[in-house]
Amino acid sequence: MSDLKALHDAILNGDNKAAVALTKEALAQNTDPVEVVTKYMIPAMDEAGRRFECEEYFVPDLLLAARAMKGALELIRPLLAARGAQPVGRVAIGTVKGDLHDIGKNLVASMLEGGGFEVIDLGADVTPEKFVAAVQEKKADFVCLSALLTVTMPAMRTTIKALETAGVRQAVHVLVGGAPVTEQFATEIGADGYASSATGAVALARRLVARGA
Amino acid sequence: MIHPLIQQLLADGPAVTDGAWGTELQARGLAAGECPDAWNLTCPDRVEEVARSYVQAGSRILLTNTFRANRIALADYGWAEKTVEINRTGAAISRQAAAGRAYVFASMGPSGKMLVAGEITAEMLREAFREQAQALAEGGADALLIETMSDLAEAALAIAAARETGLPVVASMVFDTGRNKDRTMTGATPEQAAEALTAAGSDVIGANCGCGIAGYVSICRRLRAATDRPIWIKPNAGLPQLLEGRAVYAMTAAEFAGYAPALVEAGAGFLGGCCGTGPEFIQAVKRAISAGS
Repeated sequence: MSDLKALHDAILNGDNKAAVALTKEALAQNTDPVEVVTKYMIPAMDEAGRRFECEEYFVPDLLLAARAMKGALELIRPLLAARGAQPVGRVAIGTVKGDLHDIGKNLVASMLEGGGFEVIDLGADVTPEKFVAAVQEKKADFVCLSALLTVTMPAMRTTIKALETAGVRQAVHVLVGGAPVTEQFATEIGADGYASSATGAVALARRLVARGA
Repeated sequence: MIHPLIQQLLADGPAVTDGAWGTELQARGLAAGECPDAWNLTCPDRVEEVARSYVQAGSRILLTNTFRANRIALADYGWAEKTVEINRTGAAISRQAAAGRAYVFASMGPSGKMLVAGEITAEMLREAFREQAQALAEGGADALLIETMSDLAEAALAIAAARETGLPVVASMVFDTGRNKDRTMTGATPEQAAEALTAAGSDVIGANCGCGIAGYVSICRRLRAATDRPIWIKPNAGLPQLLEGRAVYAMTAAEFAGYAPALVEAGAGFLGGCCGTGPEFIQAVKRAISAGS
């Protein structure tokens, strides 16, 4: 039996090298990949998120944990796919048109990936058309919009309108976030949800999946 | 040992710096997503208008429109090839507007990439800050201001690059994270920041932007207690609200200036404003400080 508690700790401590090595070891010993993910890896990310909420962890700690999670997941994903396992959901994420800030968006993308979602990262300064294309061509079921600047917040509304015009608004959950964004603004522009932090975004996306809407 | 220019500026009590540039340029037609620093080349007259308005308001220290003008951040806007020109011209515009009535502290902001996430290397940051610092010095800057930093490691690299010019250096962090909004995004406390920036050799240490001026009184006090360097404070006017597609700051100049005496009391040697503060804020701060002295 390989040391799966050590894998949990490697992810929690953001040790990418150790996380990858321990995952390889576990898989070489024919450990059930589903068990590795659900009993050790996802709980490690949940604990990293809890520490972030408690201010024991900050953005760099969370990014490093997410990177270790990603390294380990890349080894396991082909095995899960071979068994026909589906990702929790498929997310198209980007910073809206006119806004080049991507640190917050990158953090949310990493956390969603660590939470079992497939993430299509469209980058920064993303036009509404690109979000529409990601939904139509890549079959995303979540669209996550980020903005750091108050002056680029209207682009969130424009993007939601573009999804409506293209006839795909009902096919997706639209989540919004970023420093100037509020719950009230999210409601006003017709988004399906708002989260004030990366960990909040993962919890929200999971809730929406569980609701099965 | 305090740099002679810094000593001179502090000789008559706290020195008033300037207010925001980004929001002032937006008021003059800068569109969302447009590169503000490129205006040094494309609309220098409007940039100089902002600079002049602060000199007229009584700023003894004038910044430059070069906050994003490091090669890494400019690349996002497609302006990397013009890095040197944007910085030289930015320093020259402020120098001309100052006309001997204010000192030019040239602005150097963050790269926008995270070292810890491996988005960028220390060597790339060092090169980018070195290039910018050099161009700002050539353009006639009196000092270099490293501002709105979230990561102490990136700030230390910028300080080292800035010091190579021989100009005095100010390093200022953003405290906007945590339930008390007294941490940088990467988790550093004011004490940790003061210690790291002092060790990196910054002549002045500070805090700017953030979540409004009220919270910066205690941040100022904590920085003051943790270093022997003079303290630089430049808070924003809070977070703006979006009204009919425009960013509107609720705080008035009088409300903002109401905190000036408390900040001076807490040890601020340099005082001005960040996003959402204009020339009338600087006038009000000046009045509030001289009334208290």
